[in-house]
Amino acid sequence: MQLTLEFGGGLELLCNSVKIHSVDVDHKVGEEKVQLTMKDLLAWVRKNLIKERPEMFMKGDSVRPGVLVLVNDCDWELSGQLDTILEEKDVVVFISTLHGG
Amino acid sequence: MAESEEERRIIREMESLNDSKRKIDDQIGLLQARLVQIRQNNHSTKTYGNELSSHDIYRYSRHLLLPSFAVQGQANLLNSSVLVVGAGGLGSPALLYLAACGVGRLGIVDHDVVELNNLHRQIIHNEAYIGRPKVESAAAACRSINSTIQVVEHKEALRATNALEIMSKYDVILDATDNAPSRYMISDCCVVLGKPLVSGAAVGLEGQLTVYNYNGGPCYRCLFPTPPPTTACQRCSDSGVLGVVPGIIGCLQALEAVKISAKVGDPLSERMLLLDAMSARIRIVKIRGRSQQCKACGDTSPLTRQQFEEFDYESFTQSPLSTTPLKLKLLPGDARISSKEFSKKIKDAEPHILVDVRPSHHYKIVSLPRSLNIPLPSLEDRLPEISSALKKEQECRGLDSGSGTGLYVVCRRGNDSQRAVEYLHKMGFSTAKDIIGGLESWAFDIDPNFPTY
Repeated sequence: MQLTLEFGGGLELLCNSVKIHSVDVDHKVGEEKVQLTMKDLLAWVRKNLIKERPEMFMKGDSVRPGVLVLVNDCDWELSGQLDTILEEKDVVVFISTLHGG
Repeated sequence: MAESEEERRIIREMESLNDSKRKIDDQIGLLQARLVQIRQNNHSTKTYGNELSSHDIYRYSRHLLLPSFAVQGQANLLNSSVLVVGAGGLGSPALLYLAACGVGRLGIVDHDVVELNNLHRQIIHNEAYIGRPKVESAAAACRSINSTIQVVEHKEALRATNALEIMSKYDVILDATDNAPSRYMISDCCVVLGKPLVSGAAVGLEGQLTVYNYNGGPCYRCLFPTPPPTTACQRCSDSGVLGVVPGIIGCLQALEAVKISAKVGDPLSERMLLLDAMSARIRIVKIRGRSQQCKACGDTSPLTRQQFEEFDYESFTQSPLSTTPLKLKLLPGDARISSKEFSKKIKDAEPHILVDVRPSHHYKIVSLPRSLNIPLPSLEDRLPEISSALKKEQECRGLDSGSGTGLYVVCRRGNDSQRAVEYLHKMGFSTAKDIIGGLESWAFDIDPNFPTY
């Protein structure tokens, strides 16, 4: 499944300062492709994209406090959070909230 | 380099002239305010079919010509009040526009003074105000743009103990602060008082903007019920910020405040604007609505005034309300030396290696001579470089191996250097010491001409 993942608000520093990643993620149980949820994607991101300090990205099996997750420009709270089912060409944005000014 | 007699004389003369100038400016300000008051009193009874005076009609004519804003929008604006918390990078442009466009009463809260390294982004302040309170500087700028509005100075830090009293006097609140505990506190206070909150933030090359607690929309805690770890809170003084980025977000904050005050348009509630300056992209995303379980605005047990006043925002977020830099104390006294002691070691030509653990772009700004730049994150991989530098120093000095070649570690303020020394001790470099207070203490105690940033 082709997805575009974007990191912002400083989270890009955890993946070699690259903000936009075009990725191909498939979720299989045995040989069979199954639906990919945000929970699966987070585990994939942690394994494949996060190069340092994973605790700055995740806490438990979700994102750490202060990270907004947007699926197709929409807060993942509105689509089921970890249970959100992803589809081909979805754009997922991870953004750390800023406090400075 | 010491100042010459001539330089000192010029500085003294400038200070004295600036003093006189300030007094004259104050007098002019008072006279101007008085004049405006007299004129307003004279005209107050005379209107021309609506509540705007002749002066207002001319001054705000370009607003009145907008069909969707018009007389009613301007009249609403003139009757409204806005509080801007923070007269920094966000607050500067916001205040300039809010004063210019005729917000009836404009409050400014800040406890800081103007510094030279603020001026690249905090455009409301100028060189003449360096060392003086930001509130005074910002208020003077607002009054010089528009003497017909009321500008209120709150020269104090906003705390849970005074926030209710200050914020209750205004219709709309702008969060233009720079730290996490203030953001939770201001949002909670807006919930308790039922005020809309225009929240902006900017660090580095990115900015964020949204409107909280507006018309049934979410508050800050609905979005962020748990505070982030302190290590995730970047500050402009550490991470840097491109001046125009908070400028853009501050202008957008003014825009949202104007829309809410004038009762026009569609404020950015339940949506968030994300600005990425480097790639010139702005995205507006849909965010969640009000959470029923929210500890501040939820239905089950909404926050009371008393709970708010007693809430400890600093311990909740594990970070201070003011932005004084962190001062860690990780090492015992004998693993540290002061910059004075270190400068004596240089003077006495004692054999040593100095490792600077700042990021390389910091090292390029300024560094001590003969220092070796190994940024903290790469220390683990580059230990052999330290070993060989120590060895080389011993050979150059014709010393036996194992004799006392000092290993010193420096950073900007003396926090990362302690982390580095802790690690070096663990890896067998038992003589490593850090320089207390880092390069800032070097500039303060040893070389006043050494650049600080």
